[in-house]
Amino acid sequence: MASKSTIDSIPGGPLIRFEDVSIGFDEGEVLRGISFEVVPGETKVILGESGSGKTVLLKVAAGLLRPQSGRVVVMGHDLTEMKEVDLLDFRRRIGFVFQEGALFDSLNVADNVSFRLREESVALEETEPRVREALRFVEMEDAYDKFPDELSGGMRRRVSIARALIDQPPIVYYDSPTGGLDPVTSQTIITLILRLRDLNGVTSLLATHRLQDAFGLANFAFDSKADRVVPIWEDGKGRHFSPTNFLVLRDAQVYFQGETQELLKSADPYLREFLS
Amino acid sequence: MATLTPKTPESTKPSPIAGLNDALKRQILSLQSYSYLVGDALAKMFSAPRYPEDVLEQMDAIGVGSLPIILLTGFFIGGVMVLNTAAQFQRFGETALTGDTVAIALVRELGPTIAGLLVTGRNGSGIASELGSMVVTEQVDAMRALGTDPVRKLVVPRLIATVLTLPLLTAVADLVGLIGGYIVAHFTLGLSAVEFWNRAVQALAFGDLVMGLAKPVVFAIIIATVACFYGLRTRGGTQGVGRATTTAVVVASVAILVSDFFLGKLLLYWFVS
Repeated sequence: MASKSTIDSIPGGPLIRFEDVSIGFDEGEVLRGISFEVVPGETKVILGESGSGKTVLLKVAAGLLRPQSGRVVVMGHDLTEMKEVDLLDFRRRIGFVFQEGALFDSLNVADNVSFRLREESVALEETEPRVREALRFVEMEDAYDKFPDELSGGMRRRVSIARALIDQPPIVYYDSPTGGLDPVTSQTIITLILRLRDLNGVTSLLATHRLQDAFGLANFAFDSKADRVVPIWEDGKGRHFSPTNFLVLRDAQVYFQGETQELLKSADPYLREFLS
Repeated sequence: MATLTPKTPESTKPSPIAGLNDALKRQILSLQSYSYLVGDALAKMFSAPRYPEDVLEQMDAIGVGSLPIILLTGFFIGGVMVLNTAAQFQRFGETALTGDTVAIALVRELGPTIAGLLVTGRNGSGIASELGSMVVTEQVDAMRALGTDPVRKLVVPRLIATVLTLPLLTAVADLVGLIGGYIVAHFTLGLSAVEFWNRAVQALAFGDLVMGLAKPVVFAIIIATVACFYGLRTRGGTQGVGRATTTAVVVASVAILVSDFFLGKLLLYWFVS
């Protein structure tokens, strides 16, 4: 491992904790001895090449995959000890934005976004305003009645974010939310993630291999008064740390864990090459 | 002192015994996973949350959707049975037995089997490919991430819908098969409606009806669970969806025919002998 740092500068105990987590499939080990913590309000960016286990890590963190060893503790729940029926309840309190959006293609946008509410038997008169509010947040209210196959890749991703935040979860996992999108649409998605982080205080794990997204999250914040994204050092609130930290995966292990400046200043040849 | 010899490609190749062992283990694991899914789905049929709208939607797709092919196939199966047996009955001067033969063969055997195989081809493949596509596009994971149990939401409604509709489809297949048989018997053997239908109805005993309706229930469980099982374990993108669909249809069809033999034997023992 090139470097390791703690995140003591952010107040509060960890909301997500991985302790020596390992998982493998028929093809071999995907994650080996992964340990890290995420404190409330923090965004942990999981960097790594394609196939380095980023998606698997997120699915383990959501209890969608069970590790072969180690412990995963999220919001005080040890996911490795929980039964599937309890995990279903637990997952209702987190949001998950999948790589390609994973919208239900037989349901329209409104039904996709309200899926969780309908499962919880929320009254129809309460459901519609909440769906509209979530769609307004991602600027997709016009797509209310459309089906996923009528939407572009970026629009599907935004609807997926709306679906994930319908219950205002304290934790959201993003799996390559800008993968395969053009730079303008990617920026829109990153702005949405910044808004969720800075306006709603959402804690998140974000897997990506796009450095511009990672550093966009690390170096910018959403200013609610100005209603726009501003560089973090110019936000006028005296914030001197970024709530964004990095974790780099390589060969199924954590290769680097730390803050933006540590990553940028690292002399490790692999990290230098990865960042170049 | 021991020396280290580099591994050659031959030395890393698994032996045929090890390969057979692995294949057997995979099959047993598959059977275990399938049994678990069946048990889980059957148990969840009787507990909340339930999805009645999804059950109705599936009943429409399976029941109403399959009706045209059931009507067409049932009619011609009944007709072709009479065509093939007419000459034999004429030879022995027992043309009046046509109604008995068509009724017993259709109700006991052909109706359930043909309806089961047709629903396997039409809906089993549809279920496997739909669920397979949902798996490879992460929709099933998204469902779990949203706190919904895919077995309750996807498997149970399909299972209930198939169990409710296949016996009805079988009854329809039996009826139109008899109509087809009567029309052919009328034109080839000159049988009147009274002769044919009297014999056909009188030939059927309570046991025959039980056999004719018990088999489709078992076949429905096989079709829905096998299709859902292969759909939900799809791996490998769109190719995987194709493979899952083919495997589901083949396994369900073979399972229907094999179980038909044993069910037939058991039900004949209980109700006929």
